[in-house]
Amino acid sequence: MFGKLSWDAIPFHDPIPFITSMVMLLAIAAVAFWVWRRGWWPYLWTEYITSTDHKRIGIMYIVMALVMLVRGFADAIMMRAQQSLAIGASQGFLPPEHYNQIFSAHGTIMIFFVAMPFVIGFMNFVVPLQLGVRDVAFPTMNNVSFWLSASGALLINLSLFIGEFARTGWLGFPPLSEKEFSPGVGVDYYLVALQISGVGTVLTAVNFVTTILKIRAPGMSYLRMPVFCWTALASNLIMLAAFPVLTVALAQLMLDRYLGFHFFTNDGGGNSMLYMNLIWIWGHPEVYILVLPAFGIYSEVAATFSGKPLFGYRSMVFATMVICIVSYCVWLHHFFTMGAGADINAVFGIASMIIGIPTGVKIYNWLFTMYGGRVRFTVPVHYLIGFMLTFVIGGLTGVLLAIPPVDFVVHNSLFLVAHFHQVIIGGVVFALMAGYTYWFPKAFGFTLDERLGKIIFWCWFIGFHLAFMPLYVLGFWGATRRLQHIPDPTWAPWLHVAFVGAAIIGLGIVLTVVQLLYSIRTRDQRRDVTGDPWDGRTLEWLTLSPPPHYNFAVLPDVHGEEAYWTRKQTAIKQDQLIEEPDYQPIEMPVNTPTGVIVAFFAAVCGFAIIWYIWWLAILGLIGAFAIFVWYAWRDENEHIIPVEEVRANARERRRIRMEHLHSLSQST
Amino acid sequence: MLAIIIPTMIATLAFAWWFRRGNSKATYLPDWEYSGAVEMVVWGIPILTIMLLGGIAWIGSHDLEPSRPLKSNVPPLKVEVVSLDWKWLFIYPDQGIATVNQLVVPAGTPVSYRLTSGTVWNVFWVPQMGTMIYTMPRMTTRLNLQADRPGVYEGLSAHFSGDGFPGMQFKTQVLPPDQFAMWAQGSRGQGPMLDGRGYAELSKPSSYVKPMTYGAVAPGLFDSVVANRVPMLHVPQAALPANKNSAEPAGG
Repeated sequence: MFGKLSWDAIPFHDPIPFITSMVMLLAIAAVAFWVWRRGWWPYLWTEYITSTDHKRIGIMYIVMALVMLVRGFADAIMMRAQQSLAIGASQGFLPPEHYNQIFSAHGTIMIFFVAMPFVIGFMNFVVPLQLGVRDVAFPTMNNVSFWLSASGALLINLSLFIGEFARTGWLGFPPLSEKEFSPGVGVDYYLVALQISGVGTVLTAVNFVTTILKIRAPGMSYLRMPVFCWTALASNLIMLAAFPVLTVALAQLMLDRYLGFHFFTNDGGGNSMLYMNLIWIWGHPEVYILVLPAFGIYSEVAATFSGKPLFGYRSMVFATMVICIVSYCVWLHHFFTMGAGADINAVFGIASMIIGIPTGVKIYNWLFTMYGGRVRFTVPVHYLIGFMLTFVIGGLTGVLLAIPPVDFVVHNSLFLVAHFHQVIIGGVVFALMAGYTYWFPKAFGFTLDERLGKIIFWCWFIGFHLAFMPLYVLGFWGATRRLQHIPDPTWAPWLHVAFVGAAIIGLGIVLTVVQLLYSIRTRDQRRDVTGDPWDGRTLEWLTLSPPPHYNFAVLPDVHGEEAYWTRKQTAIKQDQLIEEPDYQPIEMPVNTPTGVIVAFFAAVCGFAIIWYIWWLAILGLIGAFAIFVWYAWRDENEHIIPVEEVRANARERRRIRMEHLHSLSQST
Repeated sequence: MLAIIIPTMIATLAFAWWFRRGNSKATYLPDWEYSGAVEMVVWGIPILTIMLLGGIAWIGSHDLEPSRPLKSNVPPLKVEVVSLDWKWLFIYPDQGIATVNQLVVPAGTPVSYRLTSGTVWNVFWVPQMGTMIYTMPRMTTRLNLQADRPGVYEGLSAHFSGDGFPGMQFKTQVLPPDQFAMWAQGSRGQGPMLDGRGYAELSKPSSYVKPMTYGAVAPGLFDSVVANRVPMLHVPQAALPANKNSAEPAGG
């Protein structure tokens, strides 16, 4: 009846997972209760959970990413603690079976459920606004994408409480992940969670490629799109090409595990080397899926806060598209040490270095964006400069790793761990924190506290360097990754410094929560009444903060590369706004619970597959399919916003705008 | 590389500071967004750097390719490496002996390794000797290394292979060539034999295994591990010729 599921699956006798999951369950129950007491459930249901508004979906993605960041960081600090304690004679506090789950969960969560939703959240929130349109191409599918990703995150967290998580690393290499070596449900949790969230990611990619290629404001030609939109396009093109490969690789592994196939097994003609290739054909482009939009965020931040257009816009676009294409041709550098031969290694090594060229160009372009500017040292600029300093070193170690003979002596070592954290924290996380501060007022109508923001930056910046610079040293000394126990006592001081660094990053994460709560409490002093708090240059700053559901009463006419900046300067010069247009009623997509119900059934089906409860799996599949059919039979697609409402809102906006322009023209 | 990134880092800080908003001495160029000369330099520097490094990578990959035999007047020693759950088996086919978690090699002599895994993937790595390489089930990799100075070096697996993974350490003992010959001679016929049954016993999961030596090895053991056909092997009587047939790879 319940497959492999029994009471033994609950970790009553393991204090760490049991207490953690109890605390998590209590926290969820407490939040749910508090929301109920406040009477906010109907609001959440109509405005967020069932919303097809790209801005609301973007916010939900980012909330999920922040929550999962806490989970992923908890794993990180436990790993650092274990490695600082389990040295020489001591075995630390985590036995191998726990430690191995923790590092596997850390990688899986940080990439799939922190970095990805954070980046996708920004693309959701920002891209339609920057393109000057009202929504993405497929609003309902957008909601479905989000909830499918959330189901994946749910299953991963469930593994803490019911059963176990994979102990095979974040990429689940066979044959270790085959039934023969990992008979438990851990790998199944990993596979099923990623398959479900992977569907969501592919749907997102379809949605955004379509949106950017087909839906833009009048006059917004390709070479007038803001760089963030270009990077979003590149990122989604890579997603569209790479995620199906991941799906296939994981599906083959599932066939091995569930139906006794022999794709990657040691016997029966299987070949585990194929999985290694497939997973990295997805895995390396994945890095660029994350870092390209991060580059987009830096470009927006650099231009806005330097008070200048981005230097070398076309060169930036070209560099982005070069990276988009070359990213697909470098995967083999993840396993030079497989011994494929000198020619193959050299070709992939050089291809990997070639990515350094457009990346280097970007760094110089941001540098020259600041040249001749009036740089305002806001929180996002702190992250921009912190990134430029950190990332060039990450690039240097990356180029070193791309030289096969060098890789042969540091591969899989802590040197590698330090390198990829340097580019992912220094490159991606800094951008996400910059973007979070930069677009927060647009989303909620008030800014985040600046002073706390700077302290958080310094926590990340100092904490990162303390946590990862020692790992470079240890890697050179022959410390490999994923060690539950450290054999060499002379490594201890370096590992202790790394722990302190991680703790400082932890302080930054705690302060991020404090900053949010404090900023909400003091929001009346930090209102963004103008819709343009940073003196911005792109179209999202044209509308109010927070923007109305339909974003723009009339789609803006775009002239030139910096749509909003040009318009603002003309208005200041002529001391008037453009002539009031003829307002029309606006059709907007209606809310739908399709996404959340489909995701519920997908999660049920996934859980049933993990535990071999076949009747429930079939029920879940039927449920998910039925809701699609039900949705296809819907009568109404859109609701109409009456012209009176549109006109009234637009006039109010124009009044605010006029005041804002006056204050701007007086200050210059 | 440092010659490029250090000036870049300094320029980042200098530009940001000099062009801060409060600095009235800095010139404000609100529309400066393109310069052909600057563009040429910013594309030129990375391209030239990568061309240089690409050349180094190409030459280095070929010179230091692990499967390439080392140039030496001394004939190479053959060692076969099998990673197991969670220990290392080193077979000396020419000496007819084998060791567990203890690699003994002569100094100044090239060693030609053939490597495979009897279980999941691992990486053979002795950091102080340099190059590492994967050991993969049903596949053989090749590695050529030479230790120049006698001494004891730590070796380990550099690819996560399961719960006992941190206990996969082994000692690498580099002996002067004559001592190595004595060691090999003395080990022969001493201690247990490594036949099919012994291998099956050895491959049961265990970690932090103490070093040990086998005084005799079933011929062709390594190839049978690669072919996944070990259990039928046995150590032939010293008087009898080796039974080569049972050691033929299965080919499947």
